[in-house]
Amino acid sequence: MSRLIRMDATGHSTLAEWTAADDAAFEAAAREFRDGLEQGYIGVLDQGEGRAEQVRELPRDAGLVIMRRPIAGG
Amino acid sequence: MAAAVEESRAGLAELAQVPWRAPTDERFLRRYARIWLAWTFAYTVPFLGAGIVLMALEPLAFPVVLASLAHAWIIPELYAFRGASVLRVKGPRNAHAEPVAQGLLGDLLGHESRALQRATGVALERGSMGVWLVGEAGALLLPAGGRRVHCFCVRATDRTLPPADRIAHLLLALRTDERGFATVANHAFCGAPWRVRRRLPVPMRPGLDAARAVARAA
Repeated sequence: MSRLIRMDATGHSTLAEWTAADDAAFEAAAREFRDGLEQGYIGVLDQGEGRAEQVRELPRDAGLVIMRRPIAGG
Repeated sequence: MAAAVEESRAGLAELAQVPWRAPTDERFLRRYARIWLAWTFAYTVPFLGAGIVLMALEPLAFPVVLASLAHAWIIPELYAFRGASVLRVKGPRNAHAEPVAQGLLGDLLGHESRALQRATGVALERGSMGVWLVGEAGALLLPAGGRRVHCFCVRATDRTLPPADRIAHLLLALRTDERGFATVANHAFCGAPWRVRRRLPVPMRPGLDAARAVARAA
C-alpha cells in the first residue's frame, strides 16, 4: 500500500493511500498531491537508506511520498 | 517515476530563492574554513599583542591589559556561541502533535540515529560532504576527519510544525540534495568542534561527540 502524507501542525496527516492496481485510488491521491503542490508544498519520495527524491508528479509505484514545506536560511 | 527523478536531479526547489549564491561544495567549505581561521587570528592576535606590549611598557596599565585580553577571549566565544545556537531549541513546542511527528521522524531515521535523536534532540546523517547533525532550526556539518565543524542556520518555513517535523523537513531536504541544502542554509560559523561543544546545551553534546567519532573514522 502506497501512502501520501503531509507534514503539518498535527504531526502529519495521511492524505491518500493507493495500490498500483487501483486506478481510482491513485487518481484521488494524484489530485491531493497536485493540490498540495499548488498550496506551496514540495513532494518528496522517501527512498530509504538516507536517500530522497523531489517529485513533481505522484509516482504510482512509490512507497511513501511526503509533502513538506519549503526550507529557508535562518 | 523517471520524470520525478529527473526533477530531483535539477536540485533542491528552494535553490530558486537564492539564485545569487554559489553552490556550497567541499571546495567552498575548505575555503570558508581557511577564512574563518584567518578571521579568528585577525580579531584575537591584535588584542593579545596589545596586552603584552602594554604590560611591557607600563605594568600599571594592567586594567587596560586585562580589558584587552578579555576582548581576545570574548569575541571568539561569541562567534562560537553563534555557531552552537543553530542547534538550540526554538519556537513553539506543539507538545500535542510531537509524538506523531516523532513517529514519522523515527521511521525516516535508522535505528542508531533514531536512538541518538531521542536522547539528544538532533539527528545524525551521513552525507557525501561529511557527517551532519540536524536540529530544529539548523545543522552542523563535520567533514571527514572531524577537525572542523561548519554551522548552518536553516529552518522549515512553517512555524506551526512540531519540533520533530522541523527536523524531518531539514532531513528530507538534505537527503534530496546535500549541496543544495548547504547552499540554501546560511553559514553561521566554522571552527574547532570543541569550541562549539562547550556552548551546546548539555543534552546535545553526545550528539556532537557521536558525529565527530563518525567523521574521524571516515
